[in-house]
Amino acid sequence: MSAALKISLTRRYQFAASHRLYSPAFSEAENKRLYGKCGNPYGHGHNYVVEVTISGPVDAETGMVANLGELDPFMVREVIEPFDQRYLNEEVAEFQRCVPTTENICREVYRRLRSFPAAQLERIRIEETSNNSFEFSGEMEASRGSDA
Amino acid sequence: MIRVTRKLEFSAAHFYHNPNFSAEENRRVFGKCNNPHGHGHNYVLEVTVAGEPDPATGMVLDLKELKELLQREVADRMDHRHLNYEVPELAGKIPTCENIAAVIWRLLEPKITQGRLDRVRVYESADLFADCTAEPNGAGGRK
Repeated sequence: MSAALKISLTRRYQFAASHRLYSPAFSEAENKRLYGKCGNPYGHGHNYVVEVTISGPVDAETGMVANLGELDPFMVREVIEPFDQRYLNEEVAEFQRCVPTTENICREVYRRLRSFPAAQLERIRIEETSNNSFEFSGEMEASRGSDA
Repeated sequence: MIRVTRKLEFSAAHFYHNPNFSAEENRRVFGKCNNPHGHGHNYVLEVTVAGEPDPATGMVLDLKELKELLQREVADRMDHRHLNYEVPELAGKIPTCENIAAVIWRLLEPKITQGRLDRVRVYESADLFADCTAEPNGAGGRK
């Protein structure tokens, strides 16, 4: 029996960044209620762990879904360099338009990696701390549509 | 449906080399993994079986049997072995974690009789792992 198999590859990366959860759409009191200490005006930071999952046929010549020699530099260029040791609210353009919750960071990392040419992007999973993690698999992309 | 996962660690040596490539191409594609002396990893295998718990036992499957199956099919074949030379199922394949996961799937899938094999995950290191699952609806080809 030779059922069709699906193979995916997951690579973990890390970056350290600061952020502040605050939305100008809410009053000061609402911000305080919603975001609590995460809204401290001076910001705070995390060691984020990002899991990137890609899938596709395993190349018979290399045994690989995608060569890490291509994925690693793509990830470094698109995400690690622009995010690592930065204040996300001020230094990443997307987060001047939306609150840099880890939900939104998942979406932004997904958007930046979607164009990785060598394999299909399956999922972004981010651990904000060892207790909190978030995943995004592109499900809402269709309904978000033109604002992407 | 309940998913049950059992873990197994094994240590093995490997290197990446494709005889169809030139020496230069092997170095370019595989980098330091091409070192002909090989190198090793502590692999971590996670095998997930899915099914409904038997009402009488409360279990999807007997984990002791799964443990013995993993010992027989995986540890006895791969633990403290050189994957390029000593594992016939990997002969002619580059022993990446993608290929190791697919080989382990094919070894285990027909032998799991309680529940069904849901996922084989192979960690090469804490920062890199491959998952093998059945393609939904059996669609899509396999190289």
